Amino acid sequence: MATTLKPSSLHPRDLGRTATVGLRTRKLRTALSALGIMIGIAAMVGVLGLSESSKSELLSQLDRLGTNLLTVEAGTGIGLGSGELPEEAAGMIAQIGPVETTTVVSAVAEAKVYRTDYIPEGQTGGISVQAVDLSLLETLAGSVEDGQWLDAATGAYPTTVLGSVAADRLGITEVTGTEQVWLGEQWFMVIGVLEEFELAPDLDRAAMVGLEAAGEYLDDDGVPTRILVRVDPDQVDAVMAVMAATANPENPEEVEVARPTDALEAKEAADDALTALFLGLGAVALLVGGVGIANVMVISVLERRSEIGLRRALGATKRHVASQFLGEALLLSGIGGVGGVLLGVAVTTGYAAIKGWNALIPPVAIVGGIGAALVIGAIAGLYPAIRAARMSPTDALRTAG
Amino acid sequence: MKAEPVLSLHNVTKEYPTTPVVRALQGVSFEVNSGELVAVVGPSGSGKSTLLHIMGTLDRPTSGEVTVAGHRISQLSDKDMSSLRAHHIGFVFQQFHLLSGYTALDNVADGLLYTGLPLGERRHLAEEALRRVGMGHRLDHVATKLSGGERQRVATARALIGNPSIVLADEPTGNLDTKSSDAIVELIEELNESGTTIVVITHNREIAEAFPRSVGLRDGRIEYDTSWSEVA
Ligand SMILES: Nc1ncnc2c1ncn2[C@@H]1O[C@H](COP(=O)(O)OP(=O)(O)OP(=O)(O)O)[C@@H](O)[C@H]1O
Ligand SMILES: [Mg+2]
Repeated sequence: MATTLKPSSLHPRDLGRTATVGLRTRKLRTALSALGIMIGIAAMVGVLGLSESSKSELLSQLDRLGTNLLTVEAGTGIGLGSGELPEEAAGMIAQIGPVETTTVVSAVAEAKVYRTDYIPEGQTGGISVQAVDLSLLETLAGSVEDGQWLDAATGAYPTTVLGSVAADRLGITEVTGTEQVWLGEQWFMVIGVLEEFELAPDLDRAAMVGLEAAGEYLDDDGVPTRILVRVDPDQVDAVMAVMAATANPENPEEVEVARPTDALEAKEAADDALTALFLGLGAVALLVGGVGIANVMVISVLERRSEIGLRRALGATKRHVASQFLGEALLLSGIGGVGGVLLGVAVTTGYAAIKGWNALIPPVAIVGGIGAALVIGAIAGLYPAIRAARMSPTDALRTAG
Repeated sequence: MKAEPVLSLHNVTKEYPTTPVVRALQGVSFEVNSGELVAVVGPSGSGKSTLLHIMGTLDRPTSGEVTVAGHRISQLSDKDMSSLRAHHIGFVFQQFHLLSGYTALDNVADGLLYTGLPLGERRHLAEEALRRVGMGHRLDHVATKLSGGERQRVATARALIGNPSIVLADEPTGNLDTKSSDAIVELIEELNESGTTIVVITHNREIAEAFPRSVGLRDGRIEYDTSWSEVA
């Protein structure tokens, strides 16, 4: 009369319930063992988020500044000539087809700047005097913090615009129209203070005067020490290739041609190395977290022998028992993963807010973070789950409790 | 024509492969028919729990054949044995084995957990089962808040909930005081009267003698079976 046997089965929702029994009854242990995974995932999400945010920040910075600026300088140092470019260099460079604008900067080496006329000679505060084309501000995508930039009129008179550091060192915090500085043995009116230059940080330490005024009052010869060149963005490399020979056909090796935005990108590349390091640390935290979960699960299986025995008596198959404990490990690591992603997102958002960036968290970091947590949970839970399943029901039931 | 028994053991032996080998059961044969209430009685170490585990398909005999609800377990896989337990066998243990964080209702509902029945239906049946054992007023009590006697009632309700072919109880009164113990014995008799087939394992001769049939076990062999004399 052997009727066919209806198989044991566990409703999926009940699998979920049984997998949470241990977690609900041991809340502190659950929290602590999820913490390791949480820290690891948070580190990884945070690092990926920050590096993505700073990359996007760099892109928008480059977009704003333009990557088509080249600087042409006379090499300085032993055997590299006078530090000046040939007088006609700017004109020659302007002849190159893809060159859009040229801006001449001529260092007035003899001139020094002081707050007043009775400060000793030597105390220049490291501020240089630069005679510049009026197009400089636009070419460098700089901006005025206070006052105004030089124009055709003020550029011909003894007026100066200070770089941000120079203004700071001279103690000029705002421009009211009455500030003067002792520049090249005479008074120059300060008409503006600039924000920091992202493309030419050395000019932050300069007092800038118009080329015309420099010729008139400072006896400057107007020979360029540096030429800033904006070129057709698609032709940057081609222009770079011919730049030195054009600027100084006789001694092209004395000319240094650079692209200032390269420095910004190089800094970002250095950050990439740091990102890799932090990712590595995050991975170690994850590994430790995984070992922690495995450990907690092994203990849990031992403590719950009688529960395992009972479940087998109620008709649970080995597979049901294994999935209960595997599910518990996955839940633990999943909690850690979700917590870690939230923490990582919070850290990224907070840091980006401080830096004034747009917080950008790559979706792959979120999906990958939770995915990685689950994979670790599965690996960590596998052995304890198999152990629970292999436990003999009779031995398990003989345990007191 | 005689009805097929719910449970039959034929020449069952069980050896534990320890050194030296323990022969916990040495050729045990007996049958339990539907509706019977049987006590298996014997001193400590006589093999009672081993026998219960084998009757309950929690373990396989070393030799011999066990048939439960028409299924010969030598022909069943481990998975099939689980199915048999889920659908046909109810257990009551000396240590109750209730899940401490759960209410009485949910502990009883777990009796059908591995039949795949949804929770709502299980809870409904659990309430009925709890009323049957006189625990209708304690549905939402957490297991740890119940007295020993109450816990054993809850455990009994869990064994009954699916109307199993047979209920196996291992020392159900072993952890109870005399009063609760008497009440549980009374409950078992009541349940049997309403049709449930029950085998109770005990070392208490008094309890055994009160039951319609008792099987005496000693050193892994059946010493007596009160049903023999009836036949003779
Ligand atoms: N897993 C095991 N491995 C080895 N020996 C075992 C195992 N389980 C039980 N035994 C032995 O088998 C014999 C029968 O044990 P069993 O638990 O069935 O006795 P019992 O009649 O239930 O005793 P008690 O009344 O004390 O519960 C005992 O000698 C016991 O030591
Ligand atoms: Mg026993």
